[in-house]
Amino acid sequence: MSSIPTLLILLAGLFILLQFAPGDTVDALMAQMGGGDPAQAAELRRFYGLEGSAAVRLLDYLWRLVRLDLGFSAIYNKPVATVILERLPATLMLMLSALSFAFFAGMLLGIVSAQRVNGWADTLISLLGLLFYATPSFWLGLMSIVVFSIWLAWLPPGGLYEIGSGATGIWLVLDIARHLIQPTITLALIFLAIYLRIMRASMLEVSTLDFVRTARAKGLTRGEIVRRHVLRNALLPMVTLIGLQAGTMLGGSVVIESVFSLPGIGRLAYESVVQRDLNTLLGIVFVSAVMVICVNFIVDLIYARLDPRISAGA
Amino acid sequence: MTTTHPTRRRLLASAGALAMAAALPATTFAQEPRRGGTITVHMPQEQRILNPALRASTGVYVIASKIMEPLVDLNEKGELEPMLATSWQGSADGKTITIKLREGVKWHDGKPFTSADVQYTAMELWKKHLNYGTALHSALEAVDTPDAHTAIFRYSRPMPMDLFMGAAPDLGYIAPKHVYEGTNILDNPANVAPIGTGPFKFAQYERGQYVIAERNPDYWRKGFPYLDKIVWRFITDKAAATAAIEAGQVHMSNYSSLPLADIDRLGKDARFEVSSRGNERQPFQNTIEFNLRRKELSDVRVRRAIIHAVDTDFFIENFLYGNGKRAHGPIPSVSTNFYKAGAPDYAFDVKKANALLDEAGFKRGAGGVRFSVKMLSPPFGEDIPLWSTFIQQSLQQVGIKVEVQRPDAATYLTAVYRDWDYDLSTGWHIYRADPAISTMVWYRSGSPKGTAFTNQWGWVDPKADKMMDDAAFEIDPAKRKAAYPEIVNLLNTEVPLWMATERQFISVTSKKLKNHHNNPRWPSSHWADLWFEP
Repeated sequence: MSSIPTLLILLAGLFILLQFAPGDTVDALMAQMGGGDPAQAAELRRFYGLEGSAAVRLLDYLWRLVRLDLGFSAIYNKPVATVILERLPATLMLMLSALSFAFFAGMLLGIVSAQRVNGWADTLISLLGLLFYATPSFWLGLMSIVVFSIWLAWLPPGGLYEIGSGATGIWLVLDIARHLIQPTITLALIFLAIYLRIMRASMLEVSTLDFVRTARAKGLTRGEIVRRHVLRNALLPMVTLIGLQAGTMLGGSVVIESVFSLPGIGRLAYESVVQRDLNTLLGIVFVSAVMVICVNFIVDLIYARLDPRISAGA
Repeated sequence: MTTTHPTRRRLLASAGALAMAAALPATTFAQEPRRGGTITVHMPQEQRILNPALRASTGVYVIASKIMEPLVDLNEKGELEPMLATSWQGSADGKTITIKLREGVKWHDGKPFTSADVQYTAMELWKKHLNYGTALHSALEAVDTPDAHTAIFRYSRPMPMDLFMGAAPDLGYIAPKHVYEGTNILDNPANVAPIGTGPFKFAQYERGQYVIAERNPDYWRKGFPYLDKIVWRFITDKAAATAAIEAGQVHMSNYSSLPLADIDRLGKDARFEVSSRGNERQPFQNTIEFNLRRKELSDVRVRRAIIHAVDTDFFIENFLYGNGKRAHGPIPSVSTNFYKAGAPDYAFDVKKANALLDEAGFKRGAGGVRFSVKMLSPPFGEDIPLWSTFIQQSLQQVGIKVEVQRPDAATYLTAVYRDWDYDLSTGWHIYRADPAISTMVWYRSGSPKGTAFTNQWGWVDPKADKMMDDAAFEIDPAKRKAAYPEIVNLLNTEVPLWMATERQFISVTSKKLKNHHNNPRWPSSHWADLWFEP
């Protein structure tokens, strides 16, 4: 419930911030079409509802929001809700696959690292992690396209699916999966590096705690200790991180969606800013905020599951 | 200039393509056209609407001109080619133009195409909403339709026949009256699912991904088009677009939409044709715009000194990979009807620039700086940041300190054209077949504040204004032809802004496409005779 005022402040703040951005959506359109005359511009401003003061338009927007009406998109000539719904699946698929890949791969590598602290495997993994963390994702994406799509021709260089192939059912799913391999890995690598380091540190810390010593004294094998005692406790900071990174990942998807020409929310947001499409941008912020709130809610639930000391009642 | 740079040679060869264009179809016709196939075309930016009768923009034409058709297009020699109009005749007083329309043409929804469609489009779309159409047809009083295949345009002041017909390939697209009548035109669903008379029918538009058009089996030109399907894919990242072309996922990219370095590289790749062939009618120019409200820049000697200080040839050769040439005014040399060599020019000469600045009384102060200016540079193309940086460094040598700002498009247009908050500005001037359409507005005073790509420089010259108005509505083609070089002489003398380069857009085309770029506005043309060999 506490998230509703946050949401309102966010939307009103963004609305006001955007009033300071010079130019409106008609100016952006003039740039796109190479100019036009003043009568046409005035007509278009009327059409896009850009008359009236900012305060009136803000109140109007908030009132529409109460009725769950996100308004009309200037650049797409469609209701904002429709535009966002069309774009949501690509972003969700990309985010979920990247997040799970980063989480599980990061966890595994972190465990391996922690088991062989300062060994060659640990050094190699840490080095790779640092490398992934330091590489800008747009560059990584483009290089991966050059290698895997142009030289080796194994994977498609972009798009969500093969246009006009007519594939349905399982074939369409496989086609989309094939198209998502490169963007997922590119987006995930930087997060993987973070998960890896957190997991490694967390494993090392938990291993020194008393209950682990007790377990060892009990005569449990090394594998059993890691699986049953260390892992579960070491996962808590990892889960926290998921909640924090859901928002960051939405931001990162702008770059990935552009490089791999995926029809997602990130590219839509960028396009809306450049074209000053206020309704669409506010709609995206609204939907993203709701998404981040949902992820954090789920994270809270997982917490309680992992650590019985944290419960919904306590 | 006798450099052996391969790019230079290639582009010089393609510059002669207009002359050779007549010979080209002959060579391709030797091969039997193959029917069928799907081609994929790169689109760098998504358009808000796909109706060329409502929006004159190359981004709209690349898709929609295959679906909707204009009154006339251009043939391989650059002459008018009848499309929906079969003949045209102007009256002696220049106030009426009679157009005979093609018979037996059907809209994609099966309704017949008639003069009522032309009347409706002209009065409701061109005159009220079409950019540059509203100004062109501001004196249009009515369109009479004595029969289903005759449309008579009546103007309250003379409309030169060559201006009307010269504009018609771009500003002459016809929309179906039965679809638009009684609706909010700007909001009509057909704007994003166009219904036309063209060789391809609109099939599908997935936002953010692609547009598909399919062969129109009932096209009025029997036996055309050759292709089954055209897919336009939206790829906003330029480097990703190059990758898609190299991977064979996309067959063509028009209007210089790839990175300059990639265009140069693909030009050496045997799989592609990289050329400005077929783009001759849409030349564009890099500009230097002056804010004459700034004391220093109100002095014509300072403006001339700035032009003298910039080595445009060096810029073209080294930054644009030799694509383009130095311009001689706002009418590009490819516009042979109106261009005349010999307009005043300000060749690269640093000594002269310094002398002019000294003469104007702006002596070098501390650190050798005479004065500082702010320059705005818009994100229209990759060349513009290069151009603004080049100007900045060139002017440093003559003691003018330049601070470059690179805002986004909406901010740029607001700052320059509405708030006049700039000293220098660099943009693109796009020439549209006749100087009266969208070129003279860069110089004619009186455009309301805030109108993009018009004279907001603070330059007012009643004599120039009158010359431009007279030329625009002169119905004698010979007098019109003679008037424009005179105007250019005056504009190049006063230089309220400077058109420095003259360039053509470049297309990158897979050699699997055949019979392409065979008229001077080809990327914006119909593609009915384009075919594909997988």
